[in-house]
Amino acid sequence: MANKISDETIEYVGILAKLRLSGEEKENAKADMEKMLDYIDTLNELDTDGVVPMSHVFPVNNVFREDVADQKDGSRETLANAPLKKDMYFKVPKTIG
Amino acid sequence: MIKQYETVIGLEVHVELATKTKIFCSCSTEFGGAPNTHTCPVCTGMPGSLPVLNRKVVEYAMAIGLATNCDITRVCRFDRKNYFYPDNPQNYQISQLYLPIASNGYVEIEVGDTKKKIRIHEMHMEEDAGKLIHDEWDDTSLVDYNRSGVPLVEIVSEPDMSSADEVIAYLEKLRMIIQYLGASDCKLQEGSMRADVNLSVREAGTEKFGTRTEMKNLNSFKAIARAIQGERERQIELLEEGKAVIQETRRWDDNKEYSYAMRSKEDAKDYRYFPEPDLAPIVISDEWVQQIRKKQPELRTEKLKRYQKEFDIPNYDAEIITGSRHMAEIFEAATAICGKPKKVSNWLMVETLRLLKDHNMEPEEISFSPENLAKLVELTESRAINGSVAREVFEKIFSENVDPESYVEEHGLKTVNDEGALEEALKKVIADNVQAVEDYRGGKEKALGALVGQTMKAMKGKADPGLVNQKLKEMLAV
Repeated sequence: MANKISDETIEYVGILAKLRLSGEEKENAKADMEKMLDYIDTLNELDTDGVVPMSHVFPVNNVFREDVADQKDGSRETLANAPLKKDMYFKVPKTIG
Repeated sequence: MIKQYETVIGLEVHVELATKTKIFCSCSTEFGGAPNTHTCPVCTGMPGSLPVLNRKVVEYAMAIGLATNCDITRVCRFDRKNYFYPDNPQNYQISQLYLPIASNGYVEIEVGDTKKKIRIHEMHMEEDAGKLIHDEWDDTSLVDYNRSGVPLVEIVSEPDMSSADEVIAYLEKLRMIIQYLGASDCKLQEGSMRADVNLSVREAGTEKFGTRTEMKNLNSFKAIARAIQGERERQIELLEEGKAVIQETRRWDDNKEYSYAMRSKEDAKDYRYFPEPDLAPIVISDEWVQQIRKKQPELRTEKLKRYQKEFDIPNYDAEIITGSRHMAEIFEAATAICGKPKKVSNWLMVETLRLLKDHNMEPEEISFSPENLAKLVELTESRAINGSVAREVFEKIFSENVDPESYVEEHGLKTVNDEGALEEALKKVIADNVQAVEDYRGGKEKALGALVGQTMKAMKGKADPGLVNQKLKEMLAV
């Protein structure tokens, strides 16, 4: 294994992903990530100079909608699976702006 | 010797576009609906939903790009910006990083007599987030996704500004351009235009930029000016104490006139941007650009120049009138009908501005038609009504858009041009005011005013004061 994930990196990725990991989970995640990076490294064996990066698989451009409003009230459907709600709002743990 | 510092400011301006629907779904963008009513699986990030781009968003963004001298990116696309926050139901915001729709532009601002170019680094399209409300009762946050997916354009300037005055001039300029394009109403108070201020200080004469902070929650020009002053002082103080400025996002509290650290700024790499696979790339042809260019209305700067050439009105008036596209349109339409720019301008500059102020209204809210203003100008010009009647009628035009011709007719406000009736009234006034008549004949010019007043009263205000004056003089000279 060529790639090494440090404790700091796994800690930081955990913060960005909003995950709290136990010591054992961290070690497992480190090993998984190292494997993934090694796998990606095989791509570096190819010479990709002059190859345009591809972002989309299909040669389709300019898919547009016209600006016409749908007036239906979507609140019932939207809130149907909300774990917590109050009035017509989703209720979530206190979040400071 | 005391060190001199200069301020370096760049702006990120978010503008909510005036589309009827959201950027990727057909939900209404209308303001003020009950919570979560303007939502669907797309704008609430439900699995399996497919966003489809609103064509109007691209056209508004292109129009703003062209009006700010930007290059339009001919092949552009969307990217995902990943972050976790309850106002963002997808856990990513669809934005543009790698290929924003426009870049490399500028606008020209004027502060005092100095002109300056403020360069625009880039401009991109993205979606707005939902709204969080803090619930004091049970100490939780409540989320409304009605704003989620409302189209925004973010305009990123170069750090070319060095004072609050320049920042405000830049924002005013953008606001005028965008309002004239009809792409947004740009109201700071209501959040349809929002400015984040990136500010750093450096010792005067040095080249290297200092560490910058980003300030949010600035919702008036005054708040922006105070925040710039406050943040400049805070950073200088830190440097003077030998401390470092930390790169972070700060929230301005305009009541306390102080900013508070919100979070240390995440780097672009922390957002793990990648091309949005659900949205096809946008290819913009020359024809499309030409089409948008052709549709561009005359912008404020051009209009101002034309007014100075075409109409005999003071510069100051032209500036006020063109300060609102709506007012400028009323001015032009009314002038086209009656051919009296100076008179139309006077009604706008004096009575209209006064009434707007009295009713605490914006020029955009003027609801009378240019036709009715033009008719009023014609009625006064032909002396069919006198000045004070005209002002009274104008108030009715302003509040109810009445047709001044029929209003004057119905209320019998026309100046009485019946010379016989006027002469009768004059004779009576002269007979009843012997003292005033003697005074006038004895050389007291002032006494004439009282006699004119008496006559106007006898005529129930409907005589032409100029004519009364003239007739009186003739009769008293005998």
